[in-house]
Amino acid sequence: MGVGESQNVAVPVDAREFFFEQLGIQERWLEENVGRALCRRADDADLYFEHRTIESVSLEDGLVKTATRHVQQGVGARVVVGDRVGYAHTDDVSFESVCLASRAAEYIALESGESRSIAVRVERPPHQLYRLKEPPIVVPPQEKVHLLSRVDEVARGFDQRIRNVLASIVVEHKVILIARADGLVVGDVQPLLRMQVTCIAEDRGSRQQGSFGGGGRVEFAFLTEGDRYLTYARKAAEQAVRNLSATDAPAGEMVVVLGPGWPGILLHEAVGHGLEGDFNRKGVSAFAGRLGEVVASPACTVVDDGTIPNRRGSLNVDDEGTPTSRTVLIENGVLRGYLQDRLNARLMGMRPTGNGRRESFAHMPLPRMTNTFLLPGEYTPEEIIRSVQRGLYAAYFGGGQVDITSGKFVFSASEAFLIEDGRLTRPVKGATLIGHGPEVLKRVTMVGNDLQLDEGIGTCGKDGQSVPVGVGLPTVRVDGLTVGGTRPAS
Amino acid sequence: MLLPEIAESVLAAAKSAGATAADAVVVKGRRLEVGVRCGRLEKISQAEEASLGLRVFVGSQSAVASTSDLRRENLQEFARAAYELARMVAADSYAGLPPLEQLAQDIPDLELYDPEVANVDPQRAQELALRAEASAMDTDSRIVNSEGAECTAHTSDVWYASTAGFSAGYQDSAISVSVVPVGRDSAGMQRDYWYSSARHLALLEPPERIGRTAAERTLRRLNARPVRTCEVPVVFDPETAASLLRHLASAVVGQSIYRGASFLAGRLGDVIAPHFVTVVDDGRLLRGLGSKPFDAEGVATRRTMVVDSGVLRSYLLDAYSARRLGMQSTGNASRSVGSNPFASPTNFVLQAGTTSPEEIVRSLKQGLYVTELIGFGVNLTSGDYSRGAAGLWIENGEFAFPVQEVTVAGNLLEMFASIEAVGSDLVCRRSIASPTVLIGRLTVAGRG
Repeated sequence: MGVGESQNVAVPVDAREFFFEQLGIQERWLEENVGRALCRRADDADLYFEHRTIESVSLEDGLVKTATRHVQQGVGARVVVGDRVGYAHTDDVSFESVCLASRAAEYIALESGESRSIAVRVERPPHQLYRLKEPPIVVPPQEKVHLLSRVDEVARGFDQRIRNVLASIVVEHKVILIARADGLVVGDVQPLLRMQVTCIAEDRGSRQQGSFGGGGRVEFAFLTEGDRYLTYARKAAEQAVRNLSATDAPAGEMVVVLGPGWPGILLHEAVGHGLEGDFNRKGVSAFAGRLGEVVASPACTVVDDGTIPNRRGSLNVDDEGTPTSRTVLIENGVLRGYLQDRLNARLMGMRPTGNGRRESFAHMPLPRMTNTFLLPGEYTPEEIIRSVQRGLYAAYFGGGQVDITSGKFVFSASEAFLIEDGRLTRPVKGATLIGHGPEVLKRVTMVGNDLQLDEGIGTCGKDGQSVPVGVGLPTVRVDGLTVGGTRPAS
Repeated sequence: MLLPEIAESVLAAAKSAGATAADAVVVKGRRLEVGVRCGRLEKISQAEEASLGLRVFVGSQSAVASTSDLRRENLQEFARAAYELARMVAADSYAGLPPLEQLAQDIPDLELYDPEVANVDPQRAQELALRAEASAMDTDSRIVNSEGAECTAHTSDVWYASTAGFSAGYQDSAISVSVVPVGRDSAGMQRDYWYSSARHLALLEPPERIGRTAAERTLRRLNARPVRTCEVPVVFDPETAASLLRHLASAVVGQSIYRGASFLAGRLGDVIAPHFVTVVDDGRLLRGLGSKPFDAEGVATRRTMVVDSGVLRSYLLDAYSARRLGMQSTGNASRSVGSNPFASPTNFVLQAGTTSPEEIVRSLKQGLYVTELIGFGVNLTSGDYSRGAAGLWIENGEFAFPVQEVTVAGNLLEMFASIEAVGSDLVCRRSIASPTVLIGRLTVAGRG
């Protein structure tokens, strides 16, 4: 009997059935625990059950030598009073443990003597954004091994200077069940697939690397459709080899053109985090109290959309049971909305937007992004590049970070070119770009007609919690971003 | 079941499934997190968790499986699945348990566990956090808001056993208090933070001092502005200098070296820094935040001279990377229950120099004093370095005004080579620590 078969048996396909029938969870538990919490003057309470399997297969030195399989399950109990949260979690999904966790979470509720408002129930039709014929977790490891071996061949075949190829396929299968104090019980099965390729190139003592990858809430066949996995291999190899000949990046403020897709990390850092409800309720975001103000050029409309089928950042319901939605954050330059979970929405008198997310049962939900992108404009990418006398074209990025209070954000280009007289010329080394969130989008002077979402590799960290996200961008021209290279303009 | 029993049971199960060798890690932990904000309790999180990681070998094939389901009746099936997974992958002649002679013979008491930390209850944690925040808020009227203060206490029991006959465990604890005050100036807001972490409750900094330091750090950022793009000497304060040490640590761990993914690959024995630069990794530092009596493969931890008077003397290795490189494990294996062991630093520290930080600043006609770095612009393969920075501008040996929205950029290999001074102000606030460091010249990108 192969692993594939035994996995097939173990893979839950229906959340409610899995938790109620296989783990023996009973409605009585849910009623007793979330119900009791509310009797004690809580504003909200929920139980979050999770069962997650993560399987990873990775290649190195031309061989698939590493495979890991991780299974975790547990339950988190939360009680909210006003703006206070009590949280307890356990990896023991038994009635006794659930009761203990709930009681620990009630600690705050018992202590508090303040008034409360009533949690509003959001009613929207649930969607099915990633119902797969065959979730990728059931695909036997051998098939993953086969793809990774081909990736190694193709990446090494791309250029003889490729010295090492690291590639991995990580598949996750997460089943959740949320029981809320307002009586809602909702479950979801969330598949996730990601492939990542890193190439290391070496030439005369100089070493460089390139990375590329993709995935989503998709079937395993996603990787082979149109030979996507081989494209990842070529792109990673191409980037590594190109970086070998890259010259020092310029230093200073200049016109920056961002390519389509993954450079959308600009939005994630510059405005996305600053528009999360918690930071605005507490008044610690540079965007706090600025709804209705102009924070971007009229060419900019930014949305967060958790409802795009099969995307890495999409969810049917968020981790509080709220259906995900499309939220307009900035409309034609004007700040329109925040990203909300239930707690912050209630305290700010707004609607939850389906952005309450958590890394696992061991974490409290926070307002988080899903897929965040800028709507397309009217220019062709060629027109945008042609319009620049001298500047930087950034095609691919590593990661970014933001100080939401001062509004300063960075994101780091891993593949960039100089623009000279309207043409891409020399490749330059990676560099960090720094700007001011509430100002940078005002400097967007041209927006391309080529909106692309990223390939499906993004992970966002906040308060020590990682969640999968997506970003997207058409080609844009930003008139003035500080480029952190090593070569000051002469 | 007790941890040793779980470990022994799963090893027996792995063997009966067909594994030729195996090792297991069992971790049981308790964790309390309390957050306060603006003088009021905001969140309490409490957890007990246990998990098991198993690595099985079938000859030189191997795989890792982990689970939080520790019930005895499920261990057999769990071990069998791990065995099946191992049979899928290619053989790797370097794979295997560490050599017997390297396993820890004695398990020294490194004073990593403090029962006082286990006794910290939500009220006590709340009190520590409230005191830190109140002190921050009371420091100055320009501190107008708070992102909150937190107190986290956790204890864990770790057990490691292998089919080589090793079976041992240890307990550890840690407590930390942190606070993030927000200040206002004419242009907007600034925040900074301060914290203290320790294995023992008694070693924690007084909460009032944590709060005051956090407030002072926030206040000195008010009215910050960019500078013009320039090339100047750059001083990294101990917090940001520690980040340079983290990059160094990532560049000397075995897996970065054999993959060729490090700017220090192939440079053992080379002079990589001036003679007054010495970096030590010490896994047995008493009460050290990165200490443990043996590593994640049972190998005895030890003190390793990584950079000795400027010369790169040793990499940090686990059993696998040691075999790949034809060397010996340095007792630096680390693993989460769900991962293969990998090499990582323990207490990784740049030894203090003789110059005071004030003297270092006074020695500069012009320069940038960095207090915060953000972003991920570090390429360990090439050493290329470019990060967002905030700090203070130095003019004629004195702090002139706060700086923000700039980047500092260079190459790590050149940066370590051009260290001009190491401060005398070493405090091991985390497992990776550094005193103040002066780097001769870096590009600061800002306006123009």
